[in-house]
Amino acid sequence: MVDFTLNAKEQEVIREIRREGMVLREKYARYYDEHEKELPPDEFPEAKEFAHIDKMAADRGPDATTPTVFYLLMLMHRTWGDMMRLKVPVTALGNASVVAAGTDEQKKRWAKTRLSMANTEPGCGSDSKAIQTTAELDGNEWVLNGEKIFVTTGIRAEGCVVWATIDKSAGRGGIKAFVVMKGTPGFELVKKEEKMGIRSSDTAAFVLKNCRVPRENLLGMDDIVKKGGGGFKGLMKTFNLTRPGVAAMGIGNIMACQDFVAEAMAKEGITVDYEAGQHKRSAIQQKMIDLEAEMEAATLCTLRAAWLADQGKPNNLEASVSKQKGGDVSRRCAQLALEILGAMGITHDQLVEKWFRDARITDIYEGTGEIQRLVIARELLNYTAKELT
Amino acid sequence: MITFELTKEQSLIQKTAKEFAAGEMRQIARDCDENDDIPPKVLNKAWEMGLANAAVPEAFGGIGMARSAMASALICEELGYGCASLATAIMAPSTFIHPLIDFGTEDQKQRYLPAYSGEKFAAAAAALHEPHFTFDVTDMRTVAQKSGDHWVLNGVKRLVPFAQKANHFLVLAKMGDQTGLAHVGAFIISKDAKGLTVDQEFEKTMGLKPLPKSKLTLTNVNVPDKDRLGESNSIDGRRLINTLRVANSAICVGLAKAVLDTSVPYSKQRVAFDAPIATRQAIAFMLSEMHSETEAMRWLVWKAASQLDQNSDATKAAALAQHYANKNTVIIADRGVQIFGGHGYIRDLPLEMWLRNARTLTVMEGVVAA
Ligand SMILES: Cc1cc2nc3c(=O)[nH]c(=O)nc-3n(C[C@H](O)[C@H](O)[C@H](O)COP(=O)(O)OP(=O)(O)OC[C@H]3O[C@@H](n4cnc5c(N)ncnc54)[C@H](O)[C@@H]3O)c2cc1C
Repeated sequence: MVDFTLNAKEQEVIREIRREGMVLREKYARYYDEHEKELPPDEFPEAKEFAHIDKMAADRGPDATTPTVFYLLMLMHRTWGDMMRLKVPVTALGNASVVAAGTDEQKKRWAKTRLSMANTEPGCGSDSKAIQTTAELDGNEWVLNGEKIFVTTGIRAEGCVVWATIDKSAGRGGIKAFVVMKGTPGFELVKKEEKMGIRSSDTAAFVLKNCRVPRENLLGMDDIVKKGGGGFKGLMKTFNLTRPGVAAMGIGNIMACQDFVAEAMAKEGITVDYEAGQHKRSAIQQKMIDLEAEMEAATLCTLRAAWLADQGKPNNLEASVSKQKGGDVSRRCAQLALEILGAMGITHDQLVEKWFRDARITDIYEGTGEIQRLVIARELLNYTAKELT
Repeated sequence: MITFELTKEQSLIQKTAKEFAAGEMRQIARDCDENDDIPPKVLNKAWEMGLANAAVPEAFGGIGMARSAMASALICEELGYGCASLATAIMAPSTFIHPLIDFGTEDQKQRYLPAYSGEKFAAAAAALHEPHFTFDVTDMRTVAQKSGDHWVLNGVKRLVPFAQKANHFLVLAKMGDQTGLAHVGAFIISKDAKGLTVDQEFEKTMGLKPLPKSKLTLTNVNVPDKDRLGESNSIDGRRLINTLRVANSAICVGLAKAVLDTSVPYSKQRVAFDAPIATRQAIAFMLSEMHSETEAMRWLVWKAASQLDQNSDATKAAALAQHYANKNTVIIADRGVQIFGGHGYIRDLPLEMWLRNARTLTVMEGVVAA
């Protein structure tokens, strides 16, 4: 039976996540926005007070929402107010790559290792089949050469899943993933990027100069070379797992904007009348309804993608729909919030201007809005990547 | 528990409606639109299948399917996919029947429902809209004033489906001078009530053309309190309006999906500058957005419908669903015309009709299905 309600335990989990969010964001959100060079700690001291949340989330009773759906819901509320609240492994994309492309043994081996993911290069981002970083087998080691940029958690992670080609002439088929641990000679940090927003999230650039990693650090191991393909598909699968997650993070940010605006409006005695027809609404009320409807649309599309995953059904299309809506809504709704608030929205007295800057990334990373539209259109039209570029 | 799982009964009714839409609606839609007419056969067939009245309890001669806003939403989407005009015609009686099931007293159900569980399509409709562009359901100009044990209604209603054929109307009016959905009253009025005039002209509209619509004028119409829906238990006006809003939005979803599903094969097959137009991003991206928005609309409708079925206040969810569906259905129908180019504008194809229907459906404030 179609249902969008949470049981009492689940509501309590969300309330606690929100409460934690309030504490942490009051204390740290502005600070790490203004002190980009400093890394937030892996765990804030205040987080100890909220250690019970995970336990509560694990025990939600017999009528619990399925795991992926609830995970994404928690993720929305965990990013409510600031993404920095996420514990680092959650954002570490490399671990998702291991899950998608690694052997069982590799999954076990790196289960507790924080891994970033480096696909993007100075010369290509969306077009990931064009990557130039190479890997050559030399004895029992792979030798990697190339440049990687925009690596999320690149500074804090213990290692990085680097995507490189073992055979340029093979195109996509030649692209494989390698786990490169920090401290490996030839794996050098170039810089930490300075960004418009999400400044508490560290973004790194690396070069790989004759960087040698053990043969068994190739995700999927030797089999993946013999069989061909596999690797690039693994990369794409990574995104299948993470796109709804990125959408959820964007939505969490918008929820914070919406709550702030609703409160500000209430203080001025402006409420939104959901009963009346639109002729009765002021432009501000109409904008608020727009914002809420968009936010709800993105939320439901994201939960839908997660629900399909929980049912063991394919969700490639829905994952992209959620990311497309998540990206659109992040931009549009943060914009709407600022439009409603006017000058109040842009000052550093409030966090809204920061949320606007933070929100902008959602439509860029993990596949831009345009790339999501391509993925969706290919599915609808039954076109290959060659037929629709 | 958050879940998108339909019940077996819901899946079945969805399938039934889908098959009906594919088999009975699409092929006659254009003729109906051109002739401003609907063959009784299609109305009777839909009626037989219980699409508008399956929820009439067995005690009153009906099929007795559980009354469910979700089931209605599923039916409305599928019928909207077949043809929005026909969908509104098929479902029009539901705007009388469903409120009666939801809010009627036993006596009211006894007196009125049996007439709507017969073999043949029986026209009835809610009368909501009024002839001024600032029409607002929370502050209607049709007013019901209490006078002893009855009510006196005055006002004009516009775009009332099947007004000339209906045996009964559910006239929605403002109770006294109180505004807000909570104070919306609903009155069961039979066609021959004193002071009720049904305009014998059809109102002509750019879309939903074949749905017959006329004006109702109420001049000091006396309605005994026993014909006020719910009688002394005041009805939940919010719930009544939300029900209409959700069902209307569900038809929008179906219409949007029809536009998308027609545009996809055409854009693959239509070649311009040596390549199918679908291989151009300007077209492909429109299709992507049409898909995403159709999906989003559907989930907004489902959320509101599920809240109605759970008896929680669905006012916000219904308003968001309505707002989102209205906005996006028109955009999607408009893009459909664009993807077909000049052919989209010619009446051989359904695209221009769908745009007219979308425009019309989205300003009806929900009075076409329940
Ligand atoms: C803060 C941050 C964190 C990031 N984290 C990571 C990370 O952890 N790991 C990682 O590998 N990468 C990461 N990225 C990189 C990110 O995924 C890319 O920036 C993104 O995929 C876009 O690639 P690009 O910047 O090279 O833009 P380009 O690919 O050059 O695209 C430029 C513009 O062209 C459009 N475009 C490209 N191709 C097409 C097409 N076929 N049709 C239509 N339009 C097209 C794009 O949508 C975009 O608008 C991160 C980026 C940022 C800013």
